[in-house]
Amino acid sequence: MTRAVRPEAGRETAARPAAPPALVQALALVTVIAACSAEPAEPDRQELTVFVAASLADVAEQVSEQTGLDVTISAAGSSDLVSQVVSGAPADVLVTADEATMARAEEEGVVEEPRPVAVNHPALVVPAGNPAGITGLDDSLHDARLVICAPQVPCGAAAHELANLAGVDLQPVSEEPDVTDVLGSVTSGQADAGVVYDSDVLRGGADLERVEVPEASEVTNIYPAALVAGTDHDEAAEAWLDALTGRSGREALADAGFGVP
Amino acid sequence: MSRTAGEAPDRLAGLPRTALLLAVLGSLFVTLPLAGLLLEVPWPRLPRLLTSSSSLAALWLSLRTSLAATALCVLLGVPLALTLARARLPGVRILRTLVLLPLVLPPVVSGFALLSTLGRTGLLGGRLEAAGFSLAFSTTAVILAQAFVAMPFLVLSLEGAARTAGNRYETVAATLGARPHTVLIRVTLPLLLPALGTGTALAFARCLGEFGATLTFAGSLQGVTRTLPLEIYLQRETDPAAALALSVLLLAVAAVIVLLTYRRRS
Repeated sequence: MTRAVRPEAGRETAARPAAPPALVQALALVTVIAACSAEPAEPDRQELTVFVAASLADVAEQVSEQTGLDVTISAAGSSDLVSQVVSGAPADVLVTADEATMARAEEEGVVEEPRPVAVNHPALVVPAGNPAGITGLDDSLHDARLVICAPQVPCGAAAHELANLAGVDLQPVSEEPDVTDVLGSVTSGQADAGVVYDSDVLRGGADLERVEVPEASEVTNIYPAALVAGTDHDEAAEAWLDALTGRSGREALADAGFGVP
Repeated sequence: MSRTAGEAPDRLAGLPRTALLLAVLGSLFVTLPLAGLLLEVPWPRLPRLLTSSSSLAALWLSLRTSLAATALCVLLGVPLALTLARARLPGVRILRTLVLLPLVLPPVVSGFALLSTLGRTGLLGGRLEAAGFSLAFSTTAVILAQAFVAMPFLVLSLEGAARTAGNRYETVAATLGARPHTVLIRVTLPLLLPALGTGTALAFARCLGEFGATLTFAGSLQGVTRTLPLEIYLQRETDPAAALALSVLLLAVAAVIVLLTYRRRS
């Protein structure tokens, strides 16, 4: 292959550098990758691909270990996952962080029988030591830098619902596209307060403090799980879902700060 | 030029046919996804999608911040590029590597770097905060994030040109009695004007497309910090059509910049 892109022998060979071998390697690599992905999976092994909302990644990992199946977990934002499944990504199970995104997958006809597997509630958090003296969803937020999710994403919708119940008008300095961005702003001390989920409070560790909001338990975010339509591994997929909704799965969920429906 | 056997090699400028074939593949690799994007765009809804208040706010903010950031890049980047190209100072090579680093860093890492330095609890940010200046979640933070990632583009273009041009004319001007300042303004900068144009355009384009560093360092709030790429990313959650419409807008602006920059060359 290197020969092909070289100038013909005898013509200006000294003046022209040879083609970079990196290009040839890259092309070879592309060919190899294409060949690999075209290979069919071994039919007799119990392989399973689970697409799971980012916040459930750790729980999904634990559940997979218990099942003894060969599970590949792909964790991402729920709407990304749905878009990927709609585009034909090879998933067997889909777990999203809210019902609205699962409804989108259902409308597209790519999932079967969604069922609730976990619940989460919004939580008001502040950096360790509560530097701005936040006392709740109240006037103490007035001059503070509050960061929430954008209303387009589930955690933002939950924050607004919570604010409505508490009778407060939120004035955030930033509306992030992802709950992890909110968490980062608060743990790094950039923001004085943020609205995340119960399950995120543990993720923030010692950099984070929770400020109780009585109405939080009334705002519920449901995580539905479903089989992807047309999966070749429906038995394994059902087994995985049973593990998630069974005793050990519920324990893993509770340990991570989730509630169970 | 005769219409005999010599014609084909002339058109190919002496390139072997294999190179041409790979060039076709290369151009398809870049243009096909762009064509794919254009095919997906909901054209009839485009005017309405582009004139929504959130789209207009994002566009206006992107233009404002990108212009300011580009101005900052020119102000600081031109002297920096000339110093890197001309000055015989110790450590210039290390400095060049460090200055060009944001070019290859993932933007989110650039955002973290800015946050650790200029954030509320950062090296300088803490002092600024104490002095009453707060950068966090401000439009200024957006401009700084854009300038940080875009400056290497300007420095790289200009430094290369300054190196190639050499300093013969400057030496002559100096022997004729011109002071360094006069030489810079009257000789060096006019000579480097084409490279400065290209570098500025590239920096501006990079500012317009900035996403990761902005989100990490400045946050995302309509009209304040949510630039066009951040708006696209957010719209995708609920309205993919609107995200596509805004993508086309960004694509169009980028195409205009590239055309204006490289038109003079050919």
